Amino acid sequence: MLSAFLLLGSVAWTSQSGNKPTTITRQAWADSVKKDPETGLAVDTNLPLIKAHCTACHSSKLITQNHFTRTGWVDKIRWMQKYHKLWDLGPSEVAVLDYLEKYYGPSKQTFDGRRKPLEKPSWYKL
Amino acid sequence: MRENDRRRFIKQSVLGTLGTILSTEVVFAIPEGYKPLFFDNDRDALKGKSAEMVVLNDRPWNVEAPAHLLDDAVTPAEKMFIRNNGIVPETIDVNGWTLTINGESAKNKKVYTLEDLKKKFKHYTYQLTLECGGNGRAGYFPSTAGNQWTNGGISCAEWTGVRLRDILEDAGIKDDAVYIGYYGKDIHPSREPGKVVISRGVPLKKALEDESLIAWAMNGKDIPVVHGYPLRLVIGGWPASVSGKWLHTISIRNKVHDGPKMTGKSYKVPINPVEPGVDPPEDQFRIIESMPVKSLITYPQTGAMLDFGKTLALRGHAWAGDLEVKQLEISIDFGATWQKAKLQAPKNRLAWQHWTVEVQFPKKGYYEVWAKATDSKGVSQPMVMPQWNPEGYINNSCHRIAIKVV
Repeated sequence: MLSAFLLLGSVAWTSQSGNKPTTITRQAWADSVKKDPETGLAVDTNLPLIKAHCTACHSSKLITQNHFTRTGWVDKIRWMQKYHKLWDLGPSEVAVLDYLEKYYGPSKQTFDGRRKPLEKPSWYKL
Repeated sequence: MRENDRRRFIKQSVLGTLGTILSTEVVFAIPEGYKPLFFDNDRDALKGKSAEMVVLNDRPWNVEAPAHLLDDAVTPAEKMFIRNNGIVPETIDVNGWTLTINGESAKNKKVYTLEDLKKKFKHYTYQLTLECGGNGRAGYFPSTAGNQWTNGGISCAEWTGVRLRDILEDAGIKDDAVYIGYYGKDIHPSREPGKVVISRGVPLKKALEDESLIAWAMNGKDIPVVHGYPLRLVIGGWPASVSGKWLHTISIRNKVHDGPKMTGKSYKVPINPVEPGVDPPEDQFRIIESMPVKSLITYPQTGAMLDFGKTLALRGHAWAGDLEVKQLEISIDFGATWQKAKLQAPKNRLAWQHWTVEVQFPKKGYYEVWAKATDSKGVSQPMVMPQWNPEGYINNSCHRIAIKVV
């Protein structure tokens, strides 16, 4: 059960997470942030909540390898609630999202690739 | 935001038009030091400009054209970019305007009125490509300071005047001459009287080329005020900052000209390539001379949605500084395959060249069309960001547009 969940989770986050594109960028927080030796997650007062609601069921790598916006993380929670019996996080949801946004949000570093994707044009019928 | 700016400028330009209608004599009836709004040529800079021009900076004016606006074979004034370094001269006395030739390597100091230039020397007309040295700066990472030009700091208008060579030879060029430098009447942003805003130049060899002009007309009319009325040095293929506006003096120099923006790191790039983000000391920079090979897709505008099965006829221009463009190719698969476009010869040396190509898309979906020009020495535009440089100059990476086949 647990392994099936992990597998589904991984697949979903890379290829099936709804219609909304997600951006994977470099880690948003400084190297000075301490990592929890057990999970590799950023140490924070909210970390116990993450362990309770997230890594109780899936690998912490599902968090650490991604950098979504707050909305992007909400989408992941909803997807897990829809397909993987994730419970209602109740009042903890805000704190969980605060944590995810703070440590695993989109990178604020300048783009360092060789060409940015084209900006979305105003589509018009030719 | 840009819309609001534009409305404000349109309001202001009504006052500016009034200033133009009133004769210049009125100026002398106004107490000294009083600067009436309606004689402000600088505030008037956008007068007659296309509403689609993009203002990057309004003090000083830096205004660019989106690529699709540059579709004309010869760039009209309303679609020509503005890159000013200072304030447009407040009063322009065309009857009293003179051009002085001086400098340590001039045999004689000479002063010409506009009439002298027009009557005593042969007239020439050339289409000349003028591109801002910083065109494309917005594409550099890490980003570099300065106006964030995308693609639109480029024009190719038809300029009429006398050959710079004829004037320099009339004054006499000493054997030790190596460079020329111009001086214009623009006002320093600090408004400090007499402070030179920008005074650049070119090596004597470039100055003596047939196409180097002292021009009074652009596209058959007086040069627009914001583009240098009544007299401009026009030197195609090099950073447009060597084409001095509101021209009043040319110095023949026995050393590399040392006016403002010839020194420091202005219009210079590192001699040896640097890692992105590395800014070497001043003595490791060289002056930019010929601009690199480059091209634009001017039709269609990015964002076109095309019915599946239809052929798309694309077009644009290509140019290569001092050289000619020998090939233009387009790709609809991110460079995996390239298709040759029909490329016209330039109208004259240093004019941009027009190209056309017909493209068919294999499936419905999202495409980018990339254009790549190759110059007469076999050098092409890079698809990726070119060699990074601290001032963000000469970015000639391929232009591209988004197309959706539906």
